Amino acid sequence: MTAWEPPDSRRRSLHGYHCQAKMAEEREPPPLGDVGQADFVEVEDGEDLFVSTVTTIEQLSPTTPEPSCLPAEDISTNSNGPKQEILLDDDQEDLFAEATEEVSLDSPEREPILSDGPSPAITPVTPTVIITPRAEASMFDRSLDEDEDTEENGDTFDMQITVSDPEKVGDGMNAYMAYKVTTKTSLNLFSRNEFSVKRRFSDFLGLHSKLASKYMHIGYIVPPAPEKSIVGMTKVKVGKEDLSSAEFVEKRRSALQRYLTRTVTHPALLKDPDVIQFLENTELPRAVSTQALSGAGILRMVNKAAEAVNKMTIKMNESDAWFEEKQQQFENLDIQLRKLHASVESLVCHRKELSVNTASFAKSAAMLGNSEDHTALSRALSQLAEVEEKIDQLHQEQAYADFYLFSELLGDYVRLIAAVKGVFDQRMKTWSKWQDAQLLLQRKREAETKLQYANKPDKLQQAKDEIKEWETKVQQGERDFEQISKNIRQEVGRFEKQRVKDFKVVIIKYLESLVHTQQQLIKYWEAFLPEAKAIA
Amino acid sequence: MMQEGLDDGPDFLSEEDRGPRAVNVDLQTDATLQVDISDALSERDKVKFTVHTKSTLPNFKQNEFSVVRQHEEFIWLHDSFVENEDYAGFIIPPAPPRPDFDASREKLQKLGEGEGSMTKEEFTKMKQELEAEYLAIFKKTVAMHEVFLCRVAAHPVLRKDLNFHVFLEYNQDLSVRGKNKKEKLEDFFKNVVKSADGVIVAGVKDVDDFFEHEKTFLLEYHNRVKDASIKSDRMIRSHKSAADDINRIASTLYTLGTQDSTDVCKFFLKVSELFEKTRKIEARVAADEDLKLADLLKYYLRESQAAKDLLYRRGRALVDYENANKALDKARAKNKDVLQAETTQQVCCQKFEKISESAKQELIDFKTRRVAAFRKNLVELAELELKHAKGNLQLLQSCLAVLKGDT
Repeated sequence: MTAWEPPDSRRRSLHGYHCQAKMAEEREPPPLGDVGQADFVEVEDGEDLFVSTVTTIEQLSPTTPEPSCLPAEDISTNSNGPKQEILLDDDQEDLFAEATEEVSLDSPEREPILSDGPSPAITPVTPTVIITPRAEASMFDRSLDEDEDTEENGDTFDMQITVSDPEKVGDGMNAYMAYKVTTKTSLNLFSRNEFSVKRRFSDFLGLHSKLASKYMHIGYIVPPAPEKSIVGMTKVKVGKEDLSSAEFVEKRRSALQRYLTRTVTHPALLKDPDVIQFLENTELPRAVSTQALSGAGILRMVNKAAEAVNKMTIKMNESDAWFEEKQQQFENLDIQLRKLHASVESLVCHRKELSVNTASFAKSAAMLGNSEDHTALSRALSQLAEVEEKIDQLHQEQAYADFYLFSELLGDYVRLIAAVKGVFDQRMKTWSKWQDAQLLLQRKREAETKLQYANKPDKLQQAKDEIKEWETKVQQGERDFEQISKNIRQEVGRFEKQRVKDFKVVIIKYLESLVHTQQQLIKYWEAFLPEAKAIA
Repeated sequence: MMQEGLDDGPDFLSEEDRGPRAVNVDLQTDATLQVDISDALSERDKVKFTVHTKSTLPNFKQNEFSVVRQHEEFIWLHDSFVENEDYAGFIIPPAPPRPDFDASREKLQKLGEGEGSMTKEEFTKMKQELEAEYLAIFKKTVAMHEVFLCRVAAHPVLRKDLNFHVFLEYNQDLSVRGKNKKEKLEDFFKNVVKSADGVIVAGVKDVDDFFEHEKTFLLEYHNRVKDASIKSDRMIRSHKSAADDINRIASTLYTLGTQDSTDVCKFFLKVSELFEKTRKIEARVAADEDLKLADLLKYYLRESQAAKDLLYRRGRALVDYENANKALDKARAKNKDVLQAETTQQVCCQKFEKISESAKQELIDFKTRRVAAFRKNLVELAELELKHAKGNLQLLQSCLAVLKGDT
């Protein structure tokens, strides 16, 4: 008997879950307006289960059923460029040209206004959010697959995955984002060299869930999937086509791409049939067990709690100093990365604030220049306003670089390290299982000796059989433990190599973005200086 | 290992010529009277300024002398100018703002309380920064008090003021107490009446085009300078916050670098070192913007208010004059108290004409000063921004070169 009365929302979602199980084979697009579909219930793990999303349905009026396409740049062209060193000085002009053009800061129409004196035609700067972060994100995305990773067997890793073209499908609370996953490869694993499929977020989660259950317990570090976000997705579903939901979609798209790239970089995971199916198959069975409030979701949460308790009770005799040392290292790394991540997030926030405040000041300076009745000074002040406007754009771009290059990498690694710790925990569990088996075998043997004096031949035989059974189990346990230990050593080695590479690449890219900002600043102020000097 | 001494020491004003630190005003300093603040001492709740005078004027007993003054005495001097009817036709140099170290002191105190919760290096670093901030505020307040004195000294009439000479020379305490509650309340009401009156007076159309134009111009200008001043403050604050973040990032990177056993530790350490330096530059950028832009705007906010006050006084005198004219006409018509009305009218007329005459020149000078100050500051701002950006760029590029060479 349950201790609480589940609210209506939950009942409905469970019902919906059962319905979907039947539909799995047919794989129709979700019927519009079917409230039974509870796939909107995506809560952050550990969040309150009973955040009632039903109320939100009732409050919102359904939007017109037009699956709207967010303006999306075709990323594939950018990322598929020849794998050359990204020199921000030159390439940057192209990448950012669009951004500056949109804002028309350098347009010649501006000039005549300055000498006249009538009200300034400073159009509010509409930051072209969609374009700029893409440029940054794509630069980062390239980093992961740019350098050729030589596999142990001598093959060069030739595979590139891009996630692009987020498209809203459906409407209201049943809507979801579909992403295009494009694979370009020359590996024999795949039937074609280039192909695309459409996937939704829960598909990615489903993939991760399968891989985790298959490989974590033998010690493979499975890259974690991007986090769920009920707030972000609700905004998108509701149809709010504003800056923050566009940013959210872009952030998610970028995260999904990094997730897939990391997954296929793992040699074992690449060959996994689920992965291949994910990349290749046009249709994919709906991953319904990823929903938080579904039966499977609840089970997952219960298991997690139980695991946490277990972890505290297992006290392992560590015979191998390497593991102890590594665990400590990862612990330290975790703490520092989290700290760094927090600082970088703060920097992103302040830079965005700086950008906003600079824009605001620019407008104010323009107004001041307007009321100034000394002509030359008035002109100079207007010029100052223009410079500050350009600089505000610059700050915004830098904030995006801060975020997509630096902050997201750190976030990814904080989650990756959690996965690494998970793998160490699995080893502990395996050891514990082995120990338990040994204990049980011991008991069986004691029972057998007792039975030998009791003269019960049939029970004795049973006991002997059980002993044989448990002896094999003990052997298996030992083998499992050795295997997972071996795998972990390998995985950690691979992980560390990848980590070093990732950080090196990103740090260099990030510094290059900073260089670009300074170069632009110099350009702007050098243009302004003669204007200031010209005040007579 | 991190301090390679960019511009070591937070000597923000050291780049300027050590001469008259009149950063916001372009003044002709001549040998007959030179005033500056040669020293300043910050005590618990007050600042003591050493006012140093060099003069060839016969009024003074010596050619060179110094006295110690506090903020209240500056205010006393300013107020005495404002209350002096003879000076009604001048733009009275705006009083310097009160030295305000409260925020900085609070931060230092908080730091002291939180000493236990951070590492020794972090504590020392933060302490240094806060001390630098304190020093910067201190230098600013010294500069602002000095500018006030220089403006007075440069003014052909005000420089001869007796109170000013007493201020400069009398080496005892002037016993100027700050206003008590009653006086402050009186001031408050006076201001309310004045602003109400100001609205009425401003509504009166002026016959003189020059003044009519100035009235409209100053009103709009003053408001926009106020807005620009607020916005520039916000912008600079964000800049400082970002610099602080970079500081924290540098520290964490350093820790990461020392902990890491892989190849990437070198990267972390190098970038940490880089960020330590770049964030110092960023802090300098914010400080320079504060000095050259924010302070400039704040100063002209105060000066434009003083100019507005002048226009108000003239407007008031004009209204009085017109009223006196009407009274005289009435008196003549009734043939009663004509002489008295005539005298009143004459007085008003004289007052009005005296103010108008000097006001015109004052306003023209105001424009000249303003243009010169903006020019100087904008040029210096641009030059400093360039200098810092180039410094940043050089640091970034050399670090990149090292890191790329390593991979």
